[in-house]
Amino acid sequence: MAFDYDQYLRVDRLPHIWCPGCGHGIIFKALLRSIHGLEIDKNDLMLVSGIGCASRLPGYADFNTLHTTHGRALPFATGIKVMKANLHVIVTSGDGDAVAIGGNHFIHTCRRNIDMTLIVFNNSIYGMNGGQVSPTTPYGSFASTAPWGNLSVHFDFMKLAQGAGATFVARATTYHVKLLEKVITQAIAHKGFSVVEVLEDCPTAYGRRNKMRGPVQMMKFWKDNCVMIDALDKLPLEEAKEKIPIGIFCQTTRQEFTDEQHQVAQRAMGEE
Amino acid sequence: MKAETTKEAPKKKGKKVKGPPQIVVNTAFCKGCGICVEFCPKNVLAMKGAKAVVIALDECIECMFCELRCPDFAIAVYPAEG
Repeated sequence: MAFDYDQYLRVDRLPHIWCPGCGHGIIFKALLRSIHGLEIDKNDLMLVSGIGCASRLPGYADFNTLHTTHGRALPFATGIKVMKANLHVIVTSGDGDAVAIGGNHFIHTCRRNIDMTLIVFNNSIYGMNGGQVSPTTPYGSFASTAPWGNLSVHFDFMKLAQGAGATFVARATTYHVKLLEKVITQAIAHKGFSVVEVLEDCPTAYGRRNKMRGPVQMMKFWKDNCVMIDALDKLPLEEAKEKIPIGIFCQTTRQEFTDEQHQVAQRAMGEE
Repeated sequence: MKAETTKEAPKKKGKKVKGPPQIVVNTAFCKGCGICVEFCPKNVLAMKGAKAVVIALDECIECMFCELRCPDFAIAVYPAEG
């Protein structure tokens, strides 16, 4: 039986606004299948987003949803989680929203290790704003603000997330759909702050400036250049350097913010 | 929301107990990106104008990748019963 997406959608809003071939729809579908697989009730889930193409997503999903200010999805989500610890809070955010404008919030949410899931839709560009360079635009790529190529090196925020203290860090792509569904499922089930980076295509703002006119070329690039993290060690060093690792980078446990807060509240009220 | 079946699942006789699956392309939602056509391992789908159509339903192995990779909620694969 084909998966019934309609049960989780605001069907009257479809078809969605995203461009032909935009990876957001693929990630959205993987997210809905993960939620279905975990048997989470619609009322127990909160989808929060900032500003950008990816942030249109909660508008199409039939859960509790919140559309917030640019880069500030994580602080809003933290507030929700602190007050309603029983909710599953999922933040959908673009690369510009999460790690550029909201970069500071990203670091401190990792540090706090609060039980939420952040899905970063990394299309390597500011798509909605008009194709400007973002911190994840690869070195040498062209953008509307880099007509001679991007001069600064893009940064790997998977390492930043691990360094700042996130307890589940994983990367997938829109080509590897099965892996994508698996890591999102594990990220939602994980107790603590989980970050999932999804490499996806933006044919309109990124692809056509970088000799990848269509979504198909961009997805083939993921197919040819991404390697599972476990298989990376088996490749020759020179070859491994040029590949993009995907898979689960880090999965640990440590004290979680809402648990700690609950204990403090009990101590303060003398109910220890 | 108008869903159109591009091709009815034909009934097969003989060896094959399981019939072919049913692939439904919602042409109202399809934006013609071509991802399903490109990544179908058996070339079941093709582009006709700016929409995806089913051309070789008998070849379908029910891998579901067209459905999983469709960004527009436009393809549904119903595996054959039995």
